Amino acid sequence: MVDEKDTHDMYLYPEYSIIKDDEKCTKCKKCIEQCSFGVFDHNSVKDKIIINKSKCVACHRCISVCPVEALGIKKSELDFRQNSRWEEEYIKDIYKQAKSGSALLSGMGCDKQSIDYFKRIVLNASQVTNPSIDPLREPMELKTYIGRKPDKLDIEKDNDNYKLDTQIPPQLELEIPIMFAAMSFGSISYSAHISLARAAKESGIYYNTGEGGLHEDLYDYGDNTIVQVASGRFGVHKDYLEAGEGIEIKIGQGAKPGIGGHLTGEKISEEVSRTRMIPQETDALSPAPHHDIYSIEDLRQLIYALKETTEYNKPVGVKIAAVHNSSPISSGIVRAGADFVVIDGSGGGTGAAPKTIRDNVGIPTPLAIASVDERLREEGIRQKTSLIASGGIRSSSDAIKAIALGADAVYIGTAALVAMGCRICQQCHTGKCSWGIATQNPELTDRLNPEIGSKRLVNMLRAWSLEFKEVLGGMGINAIESLKGNRDQLRGINLNKVDLEVLGIKSAGEAW
Amino acid sequence: MEIDAKGMYYKELNEKIRKAVESGINEITLRNINGQKYIGAGLQDNDLNLKINGVPGNDLAAFMDGPSIDVGTNVQDAVGNTMNSGKITIEGNAGDVLGHSMRGGNIYVKGDAGYRVGIHMKAYKTFFPVMIIGGSVEDYIGEYMAGGLIIVLGIGKKGNGVAGNYIGTGMHGGEVYIRGPVKNHQLGKGVKICNLKDRDLNILKKYLKKYSQIFSIDLNLNMVQEFTKLIPKSHRPYEKIYTY
Repeated sequence: MVDEKDTHDMYLYPEYSIIKDDEKCTKCKKCIEQCSFGVFDHNSVKDKIIINKSKCVACHRCISVCPVEALGIKKSELDFRQNSRWEEEYIKDIYKQAKSGSALLSGMGCDKQSIDYFKRIVLNASQVTNPSIDPLREPMELKTYIGRKPDKLDIEKDNDNYKLDTQIPPQLELEIPIMFAAMSFGSISYSAHISLARAAKESGIYYNTGEGGLHEDLYDYGDNTIVQVASGRFGVHKDYLEAGEGIEIKIGQGAKPGIGGHLTGEKISEEVSRTRMIPQETDALSPAPHHDIYSIEDLRQLIYALKETTEYNKPVGVKIAAVHNSSPISSGIVRAGADFVVIDGSGGGTGAAPKTIRDNVGIPTPLAIASVDERLREEGIRQKTSLIASGGIRSSSDAIKAIALGADAVYIGTAALVAMGCRICQQCHTGKCSWGIATQNPELTDRLNPEIGSKRLVNMLRAWSLEFKEVLGGMGINAIESLKGNRDQLRGINLNKVDLEVLGIKSAGEAW
Repeated sequence: MEIDAKGMYYKELNEKIRKAVESGINEITLRNINGQKYIGAGLQDNDLNLKINGVPGNDLAAFMDGPSIDVGTNVQDAVGNTMNSGKITIEGNAGDVLGHSMRGGNIYVKGDAGYRVGIHMKAYKTFFPVMIIGGSVEDYIGEYMAGGLIIVLGIGKKGNGVAGNYIGTGMHGGEVYIRGPVKNHQLGKGVKICNLKDRDLNILKKYLKKYSQIFSIDLNLNMVQEFTKLIPKSHRPYEKIYTY
């Protein structure tokens, strides 16, 4: 009789093949030691490296560490019969579900996008009439402030001196309009967290704790920290709320709108347990809703509970996933007192999300940002909040397009992880990240050196800011604030009329 | 020290309380409280005693860490929200969402409490939240509960009127004791009834004694036999719902 387990496994097949050059291979076993997914083994009798290719996830760790460049990874040479309806992914997913009876879990953001809106938007440049600015010779201002702005400024004249008579609400000062998005300690490693904190400090921006509390060592980076309050309230207490410069209430996440989060017990290490203030090895369950928030009025209550707790010294923002009704919801959020609103679109990353939610729920970031900005302007309340675009920002150009569509700043999560070495192998949910980023295994986390990690983040931010300056200068604009919501600088390519209307931009070829 | 809160907006009131606490005052009586929200929110003074006359508004003692609050009558919703430590005694009834996400400290209610009591209460090492409700509770008590202790005494209640439905859905830690029988249809997914053991009787006796002292009432400790104990079926209720 055929064993049931074998039958189940028989249907699954390797996704990648390992190519090993036996002439180059010195059997140093570095690949065995470094592969956290268990692809390599050694047969001591035959003195042979054994390859279990079905375990390969294409994280590239073996290739990067192989001292003699003997390894390569290739997509498996397994072709299903051509069928444009039954693509391989559908078949493979059913095999996994039929084996386990469980819902599919995935890491990172949605890996399919029917239309990449960022790619279909182009930027403008000055020619003749409005001269461009050379950022190498002229000052360029990338600084921006996150927080509620006053409706008007009262200026008092005192003899010949003018002084501001309006109290400005608390603001987060950003040297460049980028922040590191919420990624909890638990979903990512301590090394990754401290790398983000250090880079935020050095670059004059902020990183976000995510919902896993704040590790005791990172209180020192409070001036560059936004602390998050999510439905699980893990590690949330007075000192935590006071530790950062801003507070973010997490309602939703672009990678998994409408659902909560489960950090599995395997990832609750001693330190994660201490930081989250929950027992080791139990699951950390974040409910889908905050059970004290069932309405905009309830949201206002939490916003003001946080403001009262921190004596109105910090901006309190709200993060939602980009969904169909994001714009009216955002209007409610602003009226509820949020000093910043984060719109996290599809494409945003995650440590773990049900695949079907990740790939099918929520709307793209550019459409969401444009519609929210428009709605808040129409209602005359745009100045009452800052808008942060999040989800799927991969480059300085994505960021600058999001700002021109109406964002004050952008959050980057996955892009920051890539700077630290992430290969987008989408295995964050397994806790086996071979690059030491999305794991709590001490052997793996040691692979990310925070000094190098933070340096690489700082470098990336510097590179993006140089690119910002060049693009801005080309448009004849010398301050990022002048680009905010300046949709005249954008044109759409190959977008339909409704897309263009929602984005509030003209088609390429249409002049002002 | 006394603060007359008549007609006072919550922001001004809470500022006054914070200033008083900062100046070292640790006995404060609030008079004419009428719905002011966030009283005691985020206060961290272990020696502080706050006496409240009148009905405080929502989010009383949210994020509170240390102080004691006595309320002479009813309270509204979300009392002790994400509270870390401290003590709240309520002579009257409590509204909905009592002790939401509470991590530590004690809440004692003489009367009834509303819906969603103790959702996502959690415990960690020395942090152990305890909530005792003298009367009855409505639906959803202990949903997503991860730790701590809730006791519902059902004083003056008969039959199934002590707790509502959907008790402890998604519960994965902690214990709930409800006096009297709990029917299966009242239970949420993930929670089960288990027999009282000596340890349970001792816990109940200990807290009932404390409760009697706090409200100066005479409770017959023999009632500990009448409780139904509810615990989670698993500490990892959703362990097997995902694959990859």
